[in-house]
Amino acid sequence: MADSSVTGVTADDDRGMPAHSGEPLVVLDSVNKHFGELHVLQDINLTVHRGEVVVVIGPSGSGKSTLCRAINRLEAIDDGSITLDGQALPEEGKALARLRADVGMVFQSFNLFAHKTILENVTLGPIKVKKMKTAKAKELAMGLLERVGVANQADKLPAQLSGGQQQRVAIARALAMQPKVILFDEPTSALDPEMVNEVLDVMVALAKDGMTMVVVTHEMGFARKAADRVVFMSDGQIVESADPDTFFDHPTSNRAKDFLGKILTH
Amino acid sequence: MSEFLAVLSNYDLVGAYWLNIQLTFFAGLASLVIGTILALMRISPIPSLQFAGTTYVNLIRNTPLTIIVVFAALVLWPVLGVEFSTDFATNFFWLAVAALSVYHASFMCEALRSGVNTVPAGQAEAARAIGLPFLPAARLVILPQAFRGAIAPMGNTLIALIKNSTVAAAISVPEISILMKEMMENEGNYVIPIFLTVAVGFVIIVVPIGLAVTYLSQRLAVSR
Ligand SMILES: Nc1ncnc2c1ncn2[C@@H]1O[C@H](COP(=O)(O)OP(=O)(O)O)[C@@H](O)[C@H]1O
Ligand SMILES: [Mg+2]
Repeated sequence: MADSSVTGVTADDDRGMPAHSGEPLVVLDSVNKHFGELHVLQDINLTVHRGEVVVVIGPSGSGKSTLCRAINRLEAIDDGSITLDGQALPEEGKALARLRADVGMVFQSFNLFAHKTILENVTLGPIKVKKMKTAKAKELAMGLLERVGVANQADKLPAQLSGGQQQRVAIARALAMQPKVILFDEPTSALDPEMVNEVLDVMVALAKDGMTMVVVTHEMGFARKAADRVVFMSDGQIVESADPDTFFDHPTSNRAKDFLGKILTH
Repeated sequence: MSEFLAVLSNYDLVGAYWLNIQLTFFAGLASLVIGTILALMRISPIPSLQFAGTTYVNLIRNTPLTIIVVFAALVLWPVLGVEFSTDFATNFFWLAVAALSVYHASFMCEALRSGVNTVPAGQAEAARAIGLPFLPAARLVILPQAFRGAIAPMGNTLIALIKNSTVAAAISVPEISILMKEMMENEGNYVIPIFLTVAVGFVIIVVPIGLAVTYLSQRLAVSR
């Protein structure tokens, strides 16, 4: 795993928000993105440091998914720059595929390969992308499935597992690539309530191990427990960025107050 | 009845059907391969390949099969010099296979593409997200699921191909419809029984294939 020197708030970063002791890993600089007329990402500046856990929160349609997808270039950006570990995102082809191998992604709808077993879902990347020997990939995968608590399901197909189990497999699949950072796009939103915690527990453990994570979620418990920083997005802009306690207890912008008012009444 | 059976025994019906089955077999395989390549072109991220694939499908699908078969015999072989064999009959058999393949490839492509549409977009995104480039993602994740979702339309294309194999008659490949015509000319009293016999022969070939297609498309469906 990456370093575990998660010491929280120290110096200032480029936006004057609480920063992290790790070196910058993912850097978005003046990123803009349109879908036709719609300006979904408006001049986004964001630095995620090595070992940092950033929670992205905000109303539906504010651009959170697009932000995640831009970081591993599932969406191309119009202008600005995104760098990973100091390197600009490649445009296309082999170099881009290599970059994506370094950026794990966990989707709201799990997206496990439906025709492959749980074990094959986890070994596919290591074998086909990293050219790992099958036996070694299986060993790695079983270790990861053990870690997320679904090793006993290894030979089943995704459809035979519960949502919570599928999402934990998806996390294992991302981990198998030994990524530098993992992006989570609302990983618990499609789950039945009783399965949310089993997934969040895995994510908290990952955060404790020092994994760099960008997590789009409205789970405040997770944010307070595991996040170094909460970023609040609205209408394609980063409106607020603060440590979780400050953000949830003393939001400064009206848009954040308004949004928190809405999700807290439930 | 027994008189009619005696008449039938003078003709090699099985041998003629066997030609249709061989035409179908080889053209089926070739059209599957070409159709898969076309489908890959059409779903690829490269605009020029998409354009080429789309053009092929639209051009070929809208051309009558008879025209393509005649083109093979009168242009492909004598003008463009494509010769499969120095034996005349063998050459024409393969020219017919080529024409049937080219034609049905466009339908196979569209059948497979409808299978691709049964695969949720998230599958391709997950494949890209673990670092698979387009071709490996297609081969390992999308096509295996797409084929399973395309069994029914591909089966329909195969059944159409079996029946369309009779168009090889246009260039004198001695398959069943040529034999039927010959029998009808020789045995004027039995025109209707001859027709019914030939039609029933096709039913015997096609119905089991239809049943197998239905069975397989249910059996192999990807559970989500
Ligand atoms: N592929 C797309 N084409 C057009 N508009 C899109 C596309 N994806 C997202 N959008 C729009 O962009 C905005 C931001 O979407 P998204 O990033 O998914 O927001 P969030 O994840 O915060 O709910 C929404 O208004 C959405 O409708
Ligand atoms: Mg979203």
